Formats: sequence, structure tokens, C-alpha cells
Amino acid sequence: MQAYGQESVLDWTGPLLAGALVTLEIALAAYAIGLLLGLLGATAKLSGWGPLRGAATGYTTLVRAVPELLLIILLYYAGTQALNDLLQWLGMTGQVEISGFVAAIGVLAFVQGAYMTEVLRGAIVAIPKGHIEAADAYGMSRWLRFRRIVVPEMLPNALPGLANLWLILVKDTALVSVVGFEELFFTAQQAAASTRSYFVFYAAAGALYLVMTLGSNTLFAWAERRVRRGQPDT
Amino acid sequence: MEFGWIANPHYLGYLWEGFINTMILVAVAGSLGFVLAVLLALARVSGPRPLALLSHGFTTVIRGTPLLVQLFFFYDGIGRMLVEFPGLRDSFMWPILREAFFYGALAFTISVGAYASEVLRGAMLSVPKGELEAARAFGMSRFKILYRIWLPHAIQICLPTLTGELILLLKSVPLVSTIAVMDLLKAANIVRDETFLVYEPLLLIAGIYIALTLLLTIGMRGVERNFPGVRPASGVRTIPGT
Repeated sequence: MQAYGQESVLDWTGPLLAGALVTLEIALAAYAIGLLLGLLGATAKLSGWGPLRGAATGYTTLVRAVPELLLIILLYYAGTQALNDLLQWLGMTGQVEISGFVAAIGVLAFVQGAYMTEVLRGAIVAIPKGHIEAADAYGMSRWLRFRRIVVPEMLPNALPGLANLWLILVKDTALVSVVGFEELFFTAQQAAASTRSYFVFYAAAGALYLVMTLGSNTLFAWAERRVRRGQPDT
Repeated sequence: MEFGWIANPHYLGYLWEGFINTMILVAVAGSLGFVLAVLLALARVSGPRPLALLSHGFTTVIRGTPLLVQLFFFYDGIGRMLVEFPGLRDSFMWPILREAFFYGALAFTISVGAYASEVLRGAMLSVPKGELEAARAFGMSRFKILYRIWLPHAIQICLPTLTGELILLLKSVPLVSTIAVMDLLKAANIVRDETFLVYEPLLLIAGIYIALTLLLTIGMRGVERNFPGVRPASGVRTIPGT
């Protein structure tokens, strides 16, 4: 942060846009990992093995009952510590320094995964049982059945929920600024403090988030039309 | 794990203050936000076109930007402008406008209003047209139709979703710790700074939030069950007043 000299508001355009890019990057990565966690969670919740179901239920219940900001702070500290403890236990010496980028993605993905689990579980349950049985009768392997039947049939059910989660995630990325990670909102805060133009920079940050969310709305609407092709209009 | 500090009245005081502030914020933003939501939904469903567009634009902007950014926008962006506003510092409003708490309540009220208005709008549109026509045929005024027929039925339709919004409000309260309002998270941060315990205070308030979420869910389920006109599980329709 510069302490001297009058900075112009426009000097911050570049850093702000770079921050927006970082926000998009961590959102995309956390979304992808969250989707994977959600698939695992949904599979666990639908599995016949009690302890696995219990673990998945515990995960989703706890994450959804604790405020996001609190979870992010807790995981940010605890995650680093746990990883170090794990390495120590494995007999490795020294501390690992987790980059803020990786920690931010990990924390957001962990939270996102719990909500994904619920959305995906609901979408998978809504697939008619007969379709799954038919796939089995055809002798499809589990992977083929998943790829050809489960995914295409659950997507139309899951997509509205998934779209919603993406929007929540984009907005939640702002929370990692609280633990000092430099993304869009953190940059905007620095810019505001440095130029003392608080109104301008918070409005600008808001506008950039709005562009991201409105832009994703368009993309998701297109995706939903695509996965629903061939379905009767309702 | 070291929880001995809980017995210290110094920290207990902060925690209590944080708890009370959290409750006040939820109550204020929940009720005022609901009123705002009714107005916004009404503007969109039956307002004149410019008003409907304005309401739509407002909810889109609020729902499309992070609450944390809105909080700083109101507190730092608008709050700092007010300081320079001539005469305001001497006015009776100043003791309120000076407080970070006020900006927290403002941001949350607006946020609840925007999200809940979207829910209410959908519910208002799904109230059967015949009911509103019948009310008109009875000679009810527009206002009477709204508060006797339209709104009660709409709320009945979307009450579980509104409960969800209330829980989201509760879970967004820790955001105010970033603008120096004493909430549970702020209290935990003070404990952390003074005792160098990182997890214990955070875990404690995580537990408090889990309990609060549970209590709110149970409480709202009671409200849902007793809401006039909602069919109980047995399938017998309760008639208000009988």
C-alpha cells in the first residue's frame, strides 16, 4: 500500500480487474472440487452402509448450521494446522506453508460440497428406479451406467440448484478477504483505504460482482435449455 | 482444548453482549426486512410499470452482490459521506448514524427485503385468481384484499422458504464483526487476541450457532404448524376461530 502521493482512482482499475480474475479462478476451482465432494457426499448418503451415511449426514448438517464466515475462519486456521499435524504423524519434519490461494479454494470447496451433496442427492433420487434397473439389465458397468444414465437424467433436476450454488459461491468468495486473501474485495478495500474513495471502490466492486453473477445467469439458462432438450415442455 | 476462560466474567460479558446484539440484529432485520419484502413484492406484482422495474432492478443488484460488500458500502461508503453532510453531526440522528450497528442493521434489512421479496412474489402469483376476484366481489377495498386474503395466503404458501431466509439471516450476522460491531464472532476474536487460543472460542460460538439454528428451526416449525389455514398432517383443515 502506498502511503505517500495522491493516487488517482483510475490507477486502481488494473488491480481491481486482476482481483476479479482471482475471484473467478478460486470460484471455478472451488466449484469443481465442491462438485466432486458433492458427488461423493451424495453417493455416501445413498449408500447402504450406515457409518458412511452417518458421516455424510454429519458433514452436511454441521456445515449448513454454522455461518460461512465462521467456517471459513475456522477451516483456514484448522486446515493448515491439521495438514501439518498429519505430515508430522507421517514422520515428515518441518512445516508446510499452504498458499493462500490453495487454502481459499479448499475452504470454499469444503463448504460448497455440503450444499452440493444435498442438491445432487435430491436429483439422483428423482431418477425413476426403472431406468437404473434397465441399465443394469443391459449389463452396463457401474461407470457406464453413471455416465450414460445417471448424469444425463439428474442434470435437468440438479441444474437449477447447481446454478444457485454457483451464485452463492461467487458471493462467498468475498469472505476469504477477511482472512487476508487478496481477491476482488480485498483489493477494493485496499484501493478504498489508499485513495479514501470508499464509495467509488465499494460500488465498483459491487458492479464487478454483479457482472459475474448476471453473466453466469445467462450461461446457466443456456445450459439448462441444453440439458432439457428432448424433454416435454412443462 | 482449554475452555477455562469461559468462566472469566470479562469474556463472558463480551459473549453475552455479542449474543444480545445478534438477537437484536436478527429481530430488527427480520421484521423490517419482511415489511420491505412485502412492499418490493407488491411493487413488482401489481405496481405501475416504472415502479415494478425499479423494484426488479433493486432486488437484482442486492441479490447479485455479496452481503459483505454491501455492508462496507453502507458503512464506509455512505457512512463516511454522511460525516461531511452539513448539520448532520449536530442533529438528533447522529448518535444513531454514528454507530456501526446501524449500518449492519440497514444492510441486513435491505438484504432480507430483497431475498424475501423474490420468495413472496412467487407466492403472491400462485394465490388462485378466484380468491382475489371473490374478495373484490365482496366489495373489499384493495388494501383489505391485500391484508385479509392475498398476503395471508401467499405467506401460507411460502412460509417454509421464509424460515430458510430467516436462518440465512442468522448465519450472516458474523459479517458485522468486520465493521467492528460486537457480535459473537467479534467476542471470539477478542478472546483469541487476549488468550492466544485459536480454536476454542471459534468452536464455542460455532456450537452456539448450531444450537440457535436448531432452536429457530423448531420454533418456526411451530409457527408453520399453527399458521391459520395450514392443513395439519392429519388432513383435517383447521378453521380459524373454531
